[in-house]
Amino acid sequence: MKLTLWTYEGPPHVGAMRIATAMKGLHYVLHAPQGDTYADLLFTMIERRNHRPPVTYTTFQARDLGADTANLFKDAARDAFARFQPQAMIVGASCTAELIQDDPGGLAEALALPVPVIPLDLPSYSRKENFGADETFFQIVKALARPVARTDAVTCNLLGPTALGFRHRDDVTELSRLLAAMGIAVNVCAPLDATPADITRLGAAHFNVLMYPETAETAARHLEKVLGQPFTKTVPIGTGATRDFLDEVATITGLPVPPETGLRQPWYAASVDSTYLTGKRVFIFGDGTHAIAAARIAAREIGFEVVGLGCYNREQARPLRAAAKAHGVEALITDDYLEVEAEIARLQPELILGTQMERHIAKRLGIPCAVISAPVHVQDFPARYSPQMGFEGANVIFDTWVHPLVMGLEEHLLTMFREDFEFHDAAGPSHHGGKAQLRAGAPVDAAEASGGDISAKMKGEATDGAEVIWLAEAERELKKIPFFVRGKARRNTEKFAADKGVTAISIDTLYEAKAHYAR
Amino acid sequence: MSLDAPLRSCRDTPVLKERGQREVFCGLTGIVWLHRKMQDAFFLVVGSRTCAHLLQAAAGVMIFAEPRFGTAILEEKDLAGLADANAELDREVARLLSRRPDIRQLFLVGSCPSEVIKLDLARAAERLNAAHAPHVRVLNFSGSGIETTFTEGEDACLEAMVPALPGTTAPGLMVVGALPDVVEDQMLALLSAIGVPNVTCLPARRSQDLPAVGPETRVALVQPFLGATHAALVKRGAKAVPAPFPFGAEGTTLWLHAVAAAFGIPRDRVEAVIAAPRARAERALSTVSETLRGKRIFFFPDSQLEIPLARFLARECGMVPVEVGTPYLHRELMAPELDLLPEGPTLSEGQDVERQLDRVRAVRPDLTVCGLGLANPLEAEGLATKWAIELVFTPVHFYEQAADLAGLFARPLRRRALLGEAAE
Repeated sequence: MKLTLWTYEGPPHVGAMRIATAMKGLHYVLHAPQGDTYADLLFTMIERRNHRPPVTYTTFQARDLGADTANLFKDAARDAFARFQPQAMIVGASCTAELIQDDPGGLAEALALPVPVIPLDLPSYSRKENFGADETFFQIVKALARPVARTDAVTCNLLGPTALGFRHRDDVTELSRLLAAMGIAVNVCAPLDATPADITRLGAAHFNVLMYPETAETAARHLEKVLGQPFTKTVPIGTGATRDFLDEVATITGLPVPPETGLRQPWYAASVDSTYLTGKRVFIFGDGTHAIAAARIAAREIGFEVVGLGCYNREQARPLRAAAKAHGVEALITDDYLEVEAEIARLQPELILGTQMERHIAKRLGIPCAVISAPVHVQDFPARYSPQMGFEGANVIFDTWVHPLVMGLEEHLLTMFREDFEFHDAAGPSHHGGKAQLRAGAPVDAAEASGGDISAKMKGEATDGAEVIWLAEAERELKKIPFFVRGKARRNTEKFAADKGVTAISIDTLYEAKAHYAR
Repeated sequence: MSLDAPLRSCRDTPVLKERGQREVFCGLTGIVWLHRKMQDAFFLVVGSRTCAHLLQAAAGVMIFAEPRFGTAILEEKDLAGLADANAELDREVARLLSRRPDIRQLFLVGSCPSEVIKLDLARAAERLNAAHAPHVRVLNFSGSGIETTFTEGEDACLEAMVPALPGTTAPGLMVVGALPDVVEDQMLALLSAIGVPNVTCLPARRSQDLPAVGPETRVALVQPFLGATHAALVKRGAKAVPAPFPFGAEGTTLWLHAVAAAFGIPRDRVEAVIAAPRARAERALSTVSETLRGKRIFFFPDSQLEIPLARFLARECGMVPVEVGTPYLHRELMAPELDLLPEGPTLSEGQDVERQLDRVRAVRPDLTVCGLGLANPLEAEGLATKWAIELVFTPVHFYEQAADLAGLFARPLRRRALLGEAAE
């Protein structure tokens, strides 16, 4: 038993859902109690998907236990097939159903459905989401991929992009362009947008691009073994890694590496405005793949100092430890959010590159932060094109990481005006929206020095003749209103009172105004 | 607006009972608002990684501080031997309480896996109570999906608190259901002006302020999903105040009148107190309901608020309910609501989500109230939606919030009109 406040990864069946939701023509029948459908909202809300995940939940309740949960599963599987007519189905259990041991695989087999039914065995009490995704994709590939003739031209498969992946959609586009420039077409991209029929023709490709080891390494190794397809080992995140990746592809295919286009990151890093980035102390945490790539970019392409490096998925512990050693730091391999927070507090970095969880730590500690990895948040699915992979990915990463820091010229000015009340060290960059805090013992009255607070002046003039005051009880009531709308409530009420010629605001005035402005 | 019952109400409308996939949260979700209400309580779910992930997803917009809820995640070795699981639980609780001395009340919350392996959390609570009293009171309830649907988690939590309430013989009113503090204060001000004696709230904001219960206690619910808590209080001698729920100007008025009547307070005294706030609620509503009048609305089952809300929207905003789904229909508590809800809509209880989606596509309502998993897919099919979960997280009760409540339904329609062609 382990106390957990926040988790980096969901349970393994959520990993299976990421595969099923990424694919088309596949349906997942999940033996699960009421409530497990919460996982649907991860896809429809965070990723803004316009379709429900292709998942049928059996929704058993207490009264079904020991009675007919097995029949419930069979009915659900039969109904799901009839309604959705998938090309293939995957079946499995969530954590609770694992305990009642109904054997979804065996039950589904007994139905003798006319499509492949792939049973999943995902141990909920020892493994997590990435394992679930990797294992599910492997089982689908193992069940469906068969030897087929290679394409005449050189083609490859892109393996690993899933639903709810960090920038997977744009990485696929970027890599497809990069490979097209070498004359390599994509045979199948999977699981994202692939059908079970597409999986059967994976073998037509000459090699595989393993985009994300977290979700597709087992499948890539399987295809290497049974279909003789080599796979790429370099994940092309960052300028150097993209170059290494292209070299690796050239070695596999014998094709020449084309000239680079669109890459701005190295010049941006070299330009004088970036001088201030030198040696900034950076803490990196995420999934193994993104964390390792980020450390290389930080140290070698932007000129930061890596002071901490870690990942939450222990499947990537070995390569991460090697990377940490290369950067001269101790690897932090943990899924305990509080442990990560304590490490960040201890190291006091100037920049955090992490997940949405570290973004919250950063906010609390007042440290700039950029997000580099899942777990994802609605912000990680921007409307614009913003890959992490390839040369455009390198450009995007440069902008994303530099944005939370004070820009070079601005930092220079801050140093010049270090003693000025408005520009002291604790004031922070102006584009962060926070208000500069006046230093204790500041020699000059802020409002006077800047020519006075304009709004205060105007307010003074407006209320010279007819002062509107707040009665104590109304003031107390106002404080109960959430802070983010309190200012608006105060303004509206004062305007309402002024318009009505009311000079003392009571609770009734407050709510009269609220009713007046109701929309 | 009339406070009379409609000519033909939904009282005798047959209920479509459905069984199938349910697109609803489990009772654990209630922790997200209960822990905000009870600021010295900690909710410790004994469950799986799925439970932790659900709470995180449901609380997704909250700041990742060290929260007052967490999950003791069961691992393989806990499943092997219950004795060990109990020892592990004791150890985790001791560690938690030593790190968080501000915690005065600890809820052990059962989950699907803990129920299935029959981990006895009632006994664990007893054991831990003995170890940590008097500084910390330890209680237990189940928020598992196999037993509770969404808001029933709050019902289970409050029900668990009833046996610990002190007794009393003094007359008084206990208001049951977690309300945001600002709304609770408005309500207390109204009840005090009307002259209702000894008003207490369950849950109280602080664990020391437990309300007392006895034969002279009247119990008024402000949420419709508290059937088990209600029954437990009645069992301890309290008397029920049957009333519609305080949503909208009409619901609030009827609720206050019912409460006042239970204490023999004359109607004109109530009328004098409510005249101003009621008039302003009605005025504000008249503006907001312009957007809603004549629009057809379809409720997927979610929080058990569906029937009271349909009543409010039909009678005060001029909407036309076409289907009102509820996860569970509590006949007795819902009777005053069904008497007011005009005949017309299909009433459904339980869920088979695929068949319900067939129905919503067939009738194509102007507005569909549904969970977060369904909202964007339905929007993509051209149906305007309102997230049901917002109805339990937003202050919506009593007069001053009546227009806000209507506004929650008006906003998606106004937004659609604003976006016009761009959304097509």
